[in-house]
Amino acid sequence: MRHLFEIYRAQLKVTTATQLQYRVALVIWMIGIVLEPVIYLVVWATVARSKGGDVGGYNARSFAAYFLVLMLVNHLTQTWVFFEFEMRIRQGTLSPLLLKPVHPVHADVAQNVTFKLLMLVVLVPVMVVLALVFRPVIHPQWWGLALFAPTVLLAGVLRFLVEWTLGLAGFWSTRVSALNQIYYVALLFFSGQVAPLSLFPHFFQVIASVLPFRWTVSYPVELLLGRLSGRDALLGLAAQAGWILLSLVLLRVIWRAGLRKYSAVGA
Amino acid sequence: MLLKLLWSYFRIGVMNELAYRANFLVQMFQSLFSLGTSLAGLAVVFSQTSNLAGWRPAELVAVLGVYTLMGGVINLVIQPSMQRLMEDVRLGTLDFSLTKPVDSQVLESVQQVQIWRLADVAMGIVLLVLALGNLGTQVGPGEALVFGLMLLCGAAIVYSFWLMLATCSFWFVKVDNILVIFQTMYEAGRWPVTIYPGWLRFTLTFLVPVAFAITVPAEAVSGRLGWGTLVGAVALAAALVAFSRWFWLTGVRHYSGASA
Repeated sequence: MRHLFEIYRAQLKVTTATQLQYRVALVIWMIGIVLEPVIYLVVWATVARSKGGDVGGYNARSFAAYFLVLMLVNHLTQTWVFFEFEMRIRQGTLSPLLLKPVHPVHADVAQNVTFKLLMLVVLVPVMVVLALVFRPVIHPQWWGLALFAPTVLLAGVLRFLVEWTLGLAGFWSTRVSALNQIYYVALLFFSGQVAPLSLFPHFFQVIASVLPFRWTVSYPVELLLGRLSGRDALLGLAAQAGWILLSLVLLRVIWRAGLRKYSAVGA
Repeated sequence: MLLKLLWSYFRIGVMNELAYRANFLVQMFQSLFSLGTSLAGLAVVFSQTSNLAGWRPAELVAVLGVYTLMGGVINLVIQPSMQRLMEDVRLGTLDFSLTKPVDSQVLESVQQVQIWRLADVAMGIVLLVLALGNLGTQVGPGEALVFGLMLLCGAAIVYSFWLMLATCSFWFVKVDNILVIFQTMYEAGRWPVTIYPGWLRFTLTFLVPVAFAITVPAEAVSGRLGWGTLVGAVALAAALVAFSRWFWLTGVRHYSGASA
């Protein structure tokens, strides 16, 4: 355990040093994180105003709250391992990672966490400005406030495990970009990034509750906004826990099978 | 002359791409998929309302059509050529264009053609035709002409914008980051810029010319274009083309090769 802690600390230092070399890239990332939620915020606030102030229980200011919190949660839970894995396997850069005495997943976790913390330094001031512009309001319950941080953490763990596992598809095909794209579109709609899920037809909401996407982004957002009943909040926690367990098992099984398949392209 | 050059590069582009036919299928799939995604997004919005700040569904499909069409044109020749230009300045291979007996700006501007992006152009046109069919009879030859003119102005403005940025690489070697910012901001053009709050509308009109590239042509085709905007777009296009030309010539004079 102590051993692992040392590894994480070293990795944090490396990632911080690397990222600070690419300061302009941080600004580009920031625009990428901020722009899409702001677009949908404006679109939905416009719809709300044209309908006399209210769409499905949201007005312009609660839409602002929804999409600003979504921006934060999406940032805190996002990973890019799915993009990286294809390249790692195709170009054989996975091989040196395999030679290290720890599971490669730890380096990815450490890198992911460091990047998010660094980005927060840029993102939080931007969010404050956006909050002053769009003036969001939320009506949370006390338990919603208390559960927000833990559910974001679980959402991050879940999303990381799911995307890492899907990235392993690269072991069987060196062209996973199509799968990747399908995944991101599913994520876009089922995790409530286009609109709050309550605005979708009922059958869509049912599908969204069965799939993991909702539990990786929109569930903590709805919790903080005070839009979930106590029962729904508990069900959400159970769904997160269940999906995390399932993904952990899948990750281990697929990782082992994939390694047997791996022959290091170019080696 | 220009057409003949463009045609040669186009042929080279075709030959290059035909070596990777499977790639073409992947790209087609991606283009269709992202178009489907945008349409689904529109469907979600219009399941709740029948118009968005005065824009009806068919008109927003027209916006999406212009977005796809213009994006196709940008990715077909403008962006790849400009990226190559910046590379040429960095590596010094711009020498080869400057010594050729053709205008170097023309040569540099059409030097890379990614032909499979023609699929985006085609899809944009299909979307526009569908949207116009749905809008009914408002579009006569006059509107069509104005629409064509606005598209041309939009393309000219985007081209000049890219050329000016690329020309900056004569002084600052790494400017490709700014271009990534443009690509990201272009996404915002899927919706008419008139719905955005003032500061964002200003950014999308004057800092990143998404408004003139997409919203203005779409306004022309949905019959909401005022004379002021029309004249403004033509004037801006002319001014930017002239200015970017002057800027380019200044940049070239400043250029001293990378290794010589």
